[in-house]
Amino acid sequence: MDPILVLEQSLNGLQFGLMLFLLAAGLTLVFGIMDMINLAHGSLYMIGAYLAAAVAMATGSFWLAVAVAMGGTAVIGVVLEVTLLRRLYQRDHLHQVLATFALILMSNEAVRMIWGPTALALDPPPSLAGPVELLPGLYYPAFRLVIIGVGLLVAVLLYFLVSHTRLGMLVRAGASNREMARAMGVRVSLVFTIVFAIGAALCALAGAMLGPLFAVQVGMGESILILAFVVIVIGGIGSIRGALVGALLVGMVDTVGRTFLPMWLRAVLPPTVASNLGPALASVLIYVLMAGVLFWRPQGLFPARG
Amino acid sequence: MGALLEIGQLTAGYGATQVLFGIDLAVGEREVTTLLGRNGMGKTTTIRTLMGLARATGGTIRFRGERIDNLAPERIARMGLAVVPEGRQIFPNLSVEENLRAFAGNRCAAADPWTLDRVYAFLPRLQERRRNMGNQLSGGEQQMLAIGRALMTNPHLLILDEATEGLAPLVREDIWQCLHTLAAQGQAILVIDKYVTRLIALAHRHTIIERGRVVWSGTSAALDADHGVWHRYLGV
Ligand SMILES: Nc1ncnc2c1ncn2[C@@H]1O[C@H](COP(=O)(O)OP(=O)(O)OP(=O)(O)O)[C@@H](O)[C@H]1O
Ligand SMILES: [Mg+2]
Repeated sequence: MDPILVLEQSLNGLQFGLMLFLLAAGLTLVFGIMDMINLAHGSLYMIGAYLAAAVAMATGSFWLAVAVAMGGTAVIGVVLEVTLLRRLYQRDHLHQVLATFALILMSNEAVRMIWGPTALALDPPPSLAGPVELLPGLYYPAFRLVIIGVGLLVAVLLYFLVSHTRLGMLVRAGASNREMARAMGVRVSLVFTIVFAIGAALCALAGAMLGPLFAVQVGMGESILILAFVVIVIGGIGSIRGALVGALLVGMVDTVGRTFLPMWLRAVLPPTVASNLGPALASVLIYVLMAGVLFWRPQGLFPARG
Repeated sequence: MGALLEIGQLTAGYGATQVLFGIDLAVGEREVTTLLGRNGMGKTTTIRTLMGLARATGGTIRFRGERIDNLAPERIARMGLAVVPEGRQIFPNLSVEENLRAFAGNRCAAADPWTLDRVYAFLPRLQERRRNMGNQLSGGEQQMLAIGRALMTNPHLLILDEATEGLAPLVREDIWQCLHTLAAQGQAILVIDKYVTRLIALAHRHTIIERGRVVWSGTSAALDADHGVWHRYLGV
């Protein structure tokens, strides 16, 4: 096997995994602390990407666009949480799924009304548009390296926030035993609004960073949302560390599987069978991974509840 | 002595099942009061209702003169009630030190409040284990931590629900020692436990409930004198 290709695909997997982590981090805390299934999490990712594309188009500055998208999406997230989602925490999961599914449809329609049905382009900063030679013969897009850097930086910051600050202690306490946290005087709903704002900002960051790689279009939030759910189920609901490990696993397995599984199949099967089976198998690989993890650890890799 | 906590004709339950049928209970400033009764009589339910974790369907709860029945638990806790709950409920994913620091505050505006250093001096075992996670502790250590965690909020009223349950005799002795020290410092305490003789030595007044109703209440001297009450309502 070509080592350059392996390295390149591993970097792609790492990069995709880290972006999945940005989405999964907020999702797992929302699910973990409030026992709330928020399907509209993917919509925040879409809204973030659209805000970034719009601001980049207007100002020409990618990084300004990222900042505005994060701030704007955090505000939208808080408004949503305070006015609507908060009413759903006490309801059962079916109600939450129905209501937040309605939110997906509404935000898709709103985005279509504002920005039209065609996909928007979001260009990376010109200085990062080209490739860098990492090793002799290994050229890798500079912008993808920046995505990896941003993802790692956020992972470190989140780790610090969760494990070394008082807010982090309260978040963990709320995730493991919400009732006891309240009985100790924690204003869990305030903590939760803050968590929600941070989660929304991270969605926007992921949307803005992935915008130049994927199209910024209506419906972009749904497919990635499913992956984010797979990530938090693998990692253990409510655990940031679990979200990171789960995201890297899913990112790697998905990316590497799509590239190499068809190649391996071609080596052992007739070409027509292999070319049909390869992509199909590759796309279910992460679900096989999830089933495997759940078989050995039904609570996920790092369950937050003791 | 003014009443710190006054519960009047409290009724509560779980869904359609009524568990409390009119509980009266008072705790004075600087006073230790017990809530006694056999298994399943509604002691924990009383505490949960008091803390806002279960709904009061009738009656009143006053704390320092204010109605607190059916307020949100975090509001009640912030007014200066802290509970050492049944089953300890230590946060497993927080270290010992984090379990203590996360909820710290001076809720009763004490001149000489509990701090991390004071709690460690009072419960030295916790200092040795400060870097361990909550789920790596023995039962006795968890119980110490639950007490330390409650003290760190500097509550007006400390509530303990079966704090000696399931502990080895020596460890149990440590807990009683802690409670005597706290009582001597004037900490108001509401305690649930089943060691009647120990409670008579520790507390000023006692309330016994049976199937959600108060069947006896009085001073330590009165309870000490009437072993018929022990036999009838406590099964000892
Ligand atoms: N979550 C619940 N749902 C329904 N019924 C409950 C619940 N918790 C307790 N009960 C019932 O309420 C009654 C009182 O229980 P409670 O826990 O208050 O008793 P207790 O006096 O604390 O007993 P113990 O000494 O066993 O701790 C019992 O009959 C119990 O079965
Ligand atoms: Mg009980």
